[in-house]
Parts: sequence; C-alpha cells; structure tokens
Amino acid sequence: MIDIKEYGEYTTSWCPGCGNHDVLKALKQTLSELNLAPRDVAHVSGIGQAAKAPHYISLNGFNGLHGRGLPSAQAVKLANPALTVIAESGDGCNYGEGGNHFLAAIRRNVDLTLLAHDNQIYGLTKGQASPTTMEGHVTKSQPGGVYNSPFNPVAVAIGMKCSFVARAFSGNVPHLVSVMKQAIRHKGFALVDIFSPCISFNKVNTFGWYKQRCYELPADYDPTDWHGAMEKAQEFGERIPIGVLYKNPRPTLDSRYDFLQKGPLCKQPVDHGTLDTIMDGYL
Amino acid sequence: METKDKHIVIGGEAGQGLVTIGQMLTKALARSGYEVLVAQHYMSRVRGGHNTYRIRTGNGEIVSPVDGIDILVALDQETVSRHKANMTESGIVILDETLDPEGLKAVRVPFKELAPRPIYQNIAGLAVVAELLGIGQEVLQKLIRNTFRRKGDEVVTQNLTVLDEACRWTEAHKSSCTPLPPAEGDSGRMVIHGNEAIALGALAAGVKCCFFYPMTPATSVAQNLITYAERMQLIVEQAEDEVAALNMGLGSVYAGAKTLVPTSGGGFALMTEAVSLAGVMESPIVIVLAQRPGPATGLPTRTEQADLNLALYAGHGEFPRAIYAPATVEDCFELTYRSFDVTERFQTPVFVLTDQYLADSYRAVHKFDLAALAPVAEPDTGNEGDRSYKRYAFTEDGVSPRKLPGFSEALVLADCHEHTEDGHITESMDVRVAMNDKRMRKEQGMRAETLAPRYFGDEGASRILVCWGSTEGPAREAAARMRRKGARVGVLSFTQVWPLAPESFMPLLENAEEVIGIEGNATAQFMKLIRQETGFKVHRTVLRYDGRPFTPRYILQNLGEEEG
Repeated sequence: MIDIKEYGEYTTSWCPGCGNHDVLKALKQTLSELNLAPRDVAHVSGIGQAAKAPHYISLNGFNGLHGRGLPSAQAVKLANPALTVIAESGDGCNYGEGGNHFLAAIRRNVDLTLLAHDNQIYGLTKGQASPTTMEGHVTKSQPGGVYNSPFNPVAVAIGMKCSFVARAFSGNVPHLVSVMKQAIRHKGFALVDIFSPCISFNKVNTFGWYKQRCYELPADYDPTDWHGAMEKAQEFGERIPIGVLYKNPRPTLDSRYDFLQKGPLCKQPVDHGTLDTIMDGYL
Repeated sequence: METKDKHIVIGGEAGQGLVTIGQMLTKALARSGYEVLVAQHYMSRVRGGHNTYRIRTGNGEIVSPVDGIDILVALDQETVSRHKANMTESGIVILDETLDPEGLKAVRVPFKELAPRPIYQNIAGLAVVAELLGIGQEVLQKLIRNTFRRKGDEVVTQNLTVLDEACRWTEAHKSSCTPLPPAEGDSGRMVIHGNEAIALGALAAGVKCCFFYPMTPATSVAQNLITYAERMQLIVEQAEDEVAALNMGLGSVYAGAKTLVPTSGGGFALMTEAVSLAGVMESPIVIVLAQRPGPATGLPTRTEQADLNLALYAGHGEFPRAIYAPATVEDCFELTYRSFDVTERFQTPVFVLTDQYLADSYRAVHKFDLAALAPVAEPDTGNEGDRSYKRYAFTEDGVSPRKLPGFSEALVLADCHEHTEDGHITESMDVRVAMNDKRMRKEQGMRAETLAPRYFGDEGASRILVCWGSTEGPAREAAARMRRKGARVGVLSFTQVWPLAPESFMPLLENAEEVIGIEGNATAQFMKLIRQETGFKVHRTVLRYDGRPFTPRYILQNLGEEEG
C-alpha cells in the first residue's frame, strides 16, 4: 500500500462542502490501496469544476478541453498501455459537450476508468441545467423549469453493453472506494457515475436528497444480467441503487494490438527494413 | 524543360473503370522509363457523373498538367463532346465503335469483340492505348500478372488473352497515332501519388499513431497507413469525428507516440479547438491538411489553395506553428518526414498543407533513400527524473525538456489553461506573460530553420512568378514557355509558408521589374502574407479558384502571353 501522502495535498478552488472533495479523497485512497504509484497513472480531464482534479493530486495529468477528455484518455492508453488511465470530469463534460465521445468510448472499449462527477448542474458556469438535470428543475437559465428529459448515463451505457457500469455517491466514501477499485481493476472501459452534490447551485439534489435515496445493491445482485441491470438503471426517484450495475467482459481495443504487448509505442523502433520492402512494392 | 510528351485523358462515368485503366497505364509508362504526371478530376459521387484521369507522359522533365489532349479515351459519348475542343492538332479519340467520334480523328474499337465480358473492357482499353503509344507488351503482361495474381490463375490468363488480342487488333490500326519516342528515363522508379508519399514520409519518421475521420482528399493518407499498420506496427484509428481525432492525437503525443492527423478543410475547421490546445500544451503533432475548395462543403473532390489562412490562424490565442507546402511528390515525403522532427524539437503543431491535385497526382519517383535520412528528434524516455520536473520550465529558446509519463519519477502535467512551469493553473499576470513569451520564443528558432524558397530561372530575371505548394510545376512550365520567347523569367516557389524568413527571398523580389503572384485562391492569401511580413506588394496576380489545378496555358492566358 502506497502512503496516501504520495498523492499530494493541494488547495482547491472547490467550495467548502462540495462533493468533489470526497471524490478526490476516495480516489487517493483507492490508488493507495491498489498500490498504484503516481508515476504509473495518467489522469485525464476536460473542463469544469470536476475536471480540475488533475491539479489537486500528484499524478501524471492531462487537463484537456471541455468534453474532450475521453478521446485523449483513450489515446494515452493506446500509446502506452503500461499506464493506468483515469478520466475524470463532470456531467456536462461527459454527457453534454462530449456526448458523442462518451458513446464512442463505450463502443471502442479502451481499458480505462471514467469517473463522472454527476451533480446534475453546471457548477463552473454558475448554475445552468446539465444533461442530467431533472425535468422541471428551475435554474437561472431555465426559469420555466427544464423541459428536456434528463440523460440517463448508466441506462445508455448498459443499453450499449458497456464493459463496466457503476453508480456511486460521494457521501458514501467507503462504498465509492470499493466501486472505484473494481472499476480500475476491470479490463475495459469502466464508467463510474458519481453523485457529487453541488452545494452552491443545485438546491434540489443535495447531500440529504441523495442520502435519503441511495441504497447499495444487495450482495446477491448479478451485474452480468443485462435485463436486470437495465431495470436497475431505470430506478431513479424515491430510490436510487448504487454499486456495480453491469459488467460485460469483452476484448479491449488495446488488447487487440499484439505489438502493444511489447510496451509503449515510443520505445518501439522504426523498422526501416520493412519500410524499404514496402517501397519495393511500388516499383 | 523541353518535353516530347503526350497528354492522355481517359474520361467517363464513375464506376466505368477509368481509374483502373489510368493507374495501369501510368505504371506501364513509368516502368517503361517514361515520366508521368497524373491529374485526377472526379465528382463527389460513387457512380455516374463525368470524371477524367489525365496522364501526361514522355521524356524530359514533366512538372505540370496541361490542357491540350493528344489521346482521348472516351468511355462514353459525353467525354467526346466535352473534350473535343481541347484536342491538339494531331489528337485522336479512342472509343467504342458504337460511339460517335463527332468529327475527331478516331480509333474506333470493337470492344465487344475484344472483351468477352464487359469486365475485361478495361484491359482491352489499356491494351489499345499502350499499343498506340508503343509500350512493349512485356511490361503490360507483368503488370497484369501482378495486379490479378491474388484473383487466381484463371483471371490472369483471361486478362492476358484479352491483352494479346487487343494489342494485335491495334497493331493494324497503329498508323493513326505517332508512338512515343523511345523512353530515356529510369524504369525502376516508384509510382506513387502525393498522399502515398506523405504516408511513407510519416512511416519513415516513425509514426506510431494516426487518428482520422474520413474526408476527401485526405482519406488516402490514413488509408495508406492502414495498409501498412500491421507490418509497421502502428495504430490507425477512425475517430467518431474530427474533434475526437485531434484530441486523440494530443493524447497519444502526450504519451510519447509520434502522431499524424490527416484531414481536409471542413474537418480541420472542427479541429481548430484542439489546434489551440496543442499550442498551449506544447504538443508535437503533425497535421496534414489536404485542401479542397470551400466554403463549407464547397467542391468536395476538387482542388484549391484557399486554406492557408485557416492553417495559419487556426486556434484561438497566440502560439507558434510551422506550415510546409509540398510542391511535388518527393516534397510530400521529405516535408512530412521533416515535420516530425521539427514538431518534436519545437513542441508545437506543424502542418503539411497540400491539395487535392497533389494528393491524387501519381508521379514516377526514385525510391526514397531511408539510410540517407537524418534521425528524427525523440522525447526523453530515460528513467532519470524526479518530482521536481517542470513540464513547462522557462528556457532561453522557449523549448522545455519534454519528458513522458511513466518513465521516471517525474510527473508530467499537461494543461489547457495558462499554467505555471509545473503545469498547474494560474491566473498570475507575471506567469502569464512569461509563459506566453516562452512559447512565442520558439518561433525565432523555427524561423532560423525556415526553408528558403526554391528559385528556378536565370539570375537577375526581370520577371518573377511567386508561388507556393503544388502550383510550382505549372508556374515553372509557364516560365519556361515565356523564356523560349526570349523573356527573362524566374520562379520563386515556397515549400514552407510559415514562418517566413524574408532575408532569403526579399533581395530577389526587390531586384525584379515585375513580380507576379500565382496561387489557387481568389484573394491571393500568400501574397498578402508576404506583404504583411515584408511590406512588399506583388505587382500582379494570377489566381485560380474554379476547382481545377493550374496549367501553363491558364497562367499564360491570364498574363496575356501567347502560349508558345
């Protein structure tokens, strides 16, 4: 186990009481318990409050563009499969701006973990609706209440037979750590949608709101049963299940390339001999 | 540049096999020792429409497409009607006996007799043209064997039979066409087009990742890399969109893989957000931008040079970049190779700005000498490094030591915000200014290595044609024709269009009586760039933006010169 101090201690720009603090705490604990040294982890994010995470932890970091963390994260893994890749961003980044990339990442199935902070609101831009904001929720930008039906990330992911789909709550750190550990250990694209309340701009989905509703999936829950998982994914209201909803072991994109087993691409020499033969083909 | 050449145009609907005939004929000519230069004109559709495959061939230097047609292979009636006005005096049309030559000198071929099934008409057509040009049957036989080997012996034999019969038939009709003079060139050259040369240049440089979203005319760069991906051990991934493609590219670069992202204008427009990210992250990435006419979807399969400003100014904020503009297939190879070195050394995006005409233009080139290439710069993969490492350390030349994640104790933090030396977000005014200055300092280093423009012509020429990219060939040939009439004309051809190093060309421009800008857009983008950087205003321009490549005739006509 690696000393948690190895992952650093930083002043954040998050509001006191924000759920993100707990997600960060859980991530450090997870990495420590999984014995993952900072040098072996690449932490990739987009834009938003959650996406600032790489600045608040000592890991290799790639803080990219809004919605674009996932494309970059997948390519980091493809270029150097020895790295443990963790993508971390909010609901706006992953399900709004990066919606197409989210769907493509599920399909491509590169071995990485997506930690999606889901606070059902835009925090960094001070309180507009996000793709997961509930219908009717009144915000400054949606004064008549949100009329779009909310995006259900876990249902979409399960619908697409995503390799690993989980839901967690930052108010339950021990459970979150256990889910993160399973996600990182899982070979394939792992989605962890984490309820991480925005205490400043979401006055509906508060800590108390989630606390009242979130319940851990029972020990006998079968995450390999797709129909059952789909049903659980629809449960969002008075009761919300948290835990590993669905698992579907399928070959990862990185495992399909034999030459990736030899290590990072940058260490693989250029084969001018073969290229010379290729050029002969044009003669 | 004296040429005794022929211009062969194969025309017909998409799907009629004109590209097959064209490609095989191109190879046969090159393998016989002739020069070849191909221009492909096609429409944005899979079937139907009017397409042409144009081969200019002969001895001597051939650097430009031309307008006058010596041999027109008409696969349909429309080809005859559309192109008859462009026939040279001795021009002939080769067509099926059921088609009307519309008064042109013709070789009317009984294709039904010569080809037992329509599928063999391509070979019959190839045989007729090749025989008229005087290409030896042996070259064609070898070509057929190589082309159809994978389809089995029967297919090879059947095609050889068709070839033999068509050649024999043509022999009886040979008098209608003067054959090419005996070939004087090297028969052992590669026949490749611009995009293939770009792919080979990238492979030579050690490209390990290519992310792309299909878009004409850039797709064949990725397609070629896919062909060799397994043998050369690289990853070519079709992204969900162009936005993803370049953001993926920046991810693989961060992890140390040499990466190429090919696209065209519309796709590049989507990538500009990530170009800006590459600028602030100081990512070494090579972007191939194959130009086609815009705005928006424009003329999807035609050619233009109107994306210079787009490449030059793409991305918000200010950061350095280099833009190469290959003029020839050899340049495509060399400049792509060079791009990988320059992008790694200066850690900022580098562009290869090409166009549809060059991308699709086959030429016969000598095999690239891999042993002669200087090594490409590499990132630091050593295991030395500790937690004090700063990804964006301030340095005199603006280039910070680039380490990769996972190789040492050094943690690499790449960031999109303005950041401190160790990559953390900052809003400090002082750090902002210092970091911006650091990035911009790299431009001085890049400028010192800017390729000087190539000059063709006499010393002290009174008229100078200035061009960039693929316009070089037509400009050179136009100048040669002007020189034949006694004019003292030179051509100044830029293969790097940014940054500019004015000291390398200004004396030449200032000493000329007349400087004429030639480029494939409506607003003379490059001539304006020269003026912006040097204050020098070219005296005249010849611009083309009808989607077709420049020809010497187009340039001369627009200058009010006789074609000569």
